[in-house]
Amino acid sequence: MSGRILLGHGGGGTLSQRLIDSELRPLYADPGAPLHDAASLALPHGRLAFSTDGYVVHPLEFPGGDIGRLAVVGTCNDLAMAGARPWALSLGLILEEGLELAVLRRILASVAAAAAECGVQVVTGDTKVVERGKADGAFLTTSGIGLLMAAEPIGPGRIEAGDQVVVSGDLGRHGMAILMARHGLDPHPPLLSDCAPLWPLVEALLAHGVRPHCLRDLTRGGLASALQELATEAGVRVRLIEERIPVAPAVRRGADLLGLDPLHLANEGRLVAVVAPADLGATLAVLEPQGGAWIGAVEREEDLPGHGGAALVGPRLLLRTAFGSERVLSPPAGDLLPRIC
Amino acid sequence: MEVCGGQTHAILRWGLVQLLPPGLRLIHGPGCPVCVTPAATIDAALALARRPGVILCSYGDMLRVPGSTATSLLALRAEGADVRLLTSPLQALAIARAHPHREVVFFAVGFETTAPATALLARCVRSEGLANLSLLTAHVRVAPAMEVLLQPAPISAVQGFLAAGHVCGVIGTAELQELVERRSLPVVVSGFGPLELMRAILACVRLLEAATPRLLNAYGPVVRPEGNPAARALLEEVFEVVDQPWRGLGLIPGGGLALREFYAATLDAERRFPLPGPFAGPPGVTPSLCRGPDPAPASSPCIAAAILRGQATPLQCPAFGRGCTPEHPLGAPMVSGEGACAAYHQYRPPQGAARSAPPLPR
Repeated sequence: MSGRILLGHGGGGTLSQRLIDSELRPLYADPGAPLHDAASLALPHGRLAFSTDGYVVHPLEFPGGDIGRLAVVGTCNDLAMAGARPWALSLGLILEEGLELAVLRRILASVAAAAAECGVQVVTGDTKVVERGKADGAFLTTSGIGLLMAAEPIGPGRIEAGDQVVVSGDLGRHGMAILMARHGLDPHPPLLSDCAPLWPLVEALLAHGVRPHCLRDLTRGGLASALQELATEAGVRVRLIEERIPVAPAVRRGADLLGLDPLHLANEGRLVAVVAPADLGATLAVLEPQGGAWIGAVEREEDLPGHGGAALVGPRLLLRTAFGSERVLSPPAGDLLPRIC
Repeated sequence: MEVCGGQTHAILRWGLVQLLPPGLRLIHGPGCPVCVTPAATIDAALALARRPGVILCSYGDMLRVPGSTATSLLALRAEGADVRLLTSPLQALAIARAHPHREVVFFAVGFETTAPATALLARCVRSEGLANLSLLTAHVRVAPAMEVLLQPAPISAVQGFLAAGHVCGVIGTAELQELVERRSLPVVVSGFGPLELMRAILACVRLLEAATPRLLNAYGPVVRPEGNPAARALLEEVFEVVDQPWRGLGLIPGGGLALREFYAATLDAERRFPLPGPFAGPPGVTPSLCRGPDPAPASSPCIAAAILRGQATPLQCPAFGRGCTPEHPLGAPMVSGEGACAAYHQYRPPQGAARSAPPLPR
């Protein structure tokens, strides 16, 4: 097989077959089993969670991960946020003509390793090749199903006044690692993406008796976007204490350098949990040893002007700075662009 | 007045205004490089980016700012133009080497902070003899603008300046010392962190209360009186001081830097690519001098010019947060990461919200 992906690898003929046999079959639980148009799955009882995501990242390989790991971990994390144990994944590959086969092999090895780490099986897949220039090396899509393990639904609709807000670790590592790789900045020691499965944390929370009202993985847009969305969906106001929000010094320095807010940077292995005050102790018992921290709370009804009843006006997300002043925490407007000076 | 947009952002980001006593007002200055880049210059960059075969490179913030029409470099990129974001001008060298049959143009903007890096690029291009890399420059100088901001004495409320620490780190403090002596007002060189800004504000207030107009450096060892000699030598070698129009402020005597003839002869993009429209000047005339005034549409409610002069705050603009947002900006100060309107939009202090922090859980 030549060293690069050719258009013919997606053509459905012998080249396609060879690519599937040599590179993709090993991902399956039984590589020798005959391939069919669809996988059939024997499911345990109960409810399922189902999620899908597309992955485009430049560069394909970055400090601390690559697009393969991201594609598995990302969709598994989405399932985990619903309280579901990731169970089976599909893998769609859109490859650009000319992609080095060695790169594809490394990406697929990452897919296999991440799937093993997440306890999930790749059960079906598809490969297409597009002409050079029509894609950025490789685009991946994964869809996943998970088994719902939480007794009660988890989602923004259950967020209540007085709930407490906890993050699972320091913020912004993935976004900063990608930005630095993209802009040719090379920090010493290297800054690694936080890309990691979140189901183990959710499983531990449930095992400790926590009944999370809402969980959200902090991907694009960072903590600011995630909490803005949740607060808007739930019709509440969230107040955060900036000093409590963990950010690694290397991320803070990089963000200062580029003129960006660490709370706008993407994460791929961090979640925010919104829990009832009674569950805060157990939540922190699980998350604090992982670097997590309490960062704020949903405004209590008695704090609202007019004492509840009236529709909430004003900003959804407020941040108390280290100086005791207070400001709005807004999501980023668009793409994060480095400042000039 | 804090001069630099980075300082304005830090002031809003840390809510410093809420901590100041009554009677003390911070006026936001024009120190946002993309905000003061004339629309005509951006139009020139857009025209260059539209030319087949051209790779137009610039800094991130510059890509978002519209010229005299709503079009920005990012919008052109979406239409198929080859527009690239750089974090260092020297990255343009690698692009030019990798594409010897295409023309690479670096659109250089910014104050004395970024100008030395542009100068270094110019020197590298000359010494390497790269024939396919040229520069569209719109570099501006801060000190002359500070002087202009004091001009309309009855309008200008500026009683003291917090000078831009990073600019002073490059050029030193001699020009500011002259400003202090000419205008009899205090100038305090300030950093960009919240504590550095508060320290500078305190120093400025003390100078005002003692009625002792002086120049003070509150940015410690970052700023030396002589600045950065290597950077200044580069600036001197590559650029000459010219009168330059600033968006919102008009023509500022000595307010800009243009390539010296030795460099302009081969590197000036405006000479290499004769541009259509009013911004192409007669040969031999410094192009920045003949760029027309900003075509601000009379119908626009945007008050960017008054904001850049420190005569209004973003909250006084009828369009702020309504017709004008970072997603749909009417003026450059709402677009740029260093613009005052963007700072207010991103960090505006809450109104109507109860001022209570969540109770600590333990």
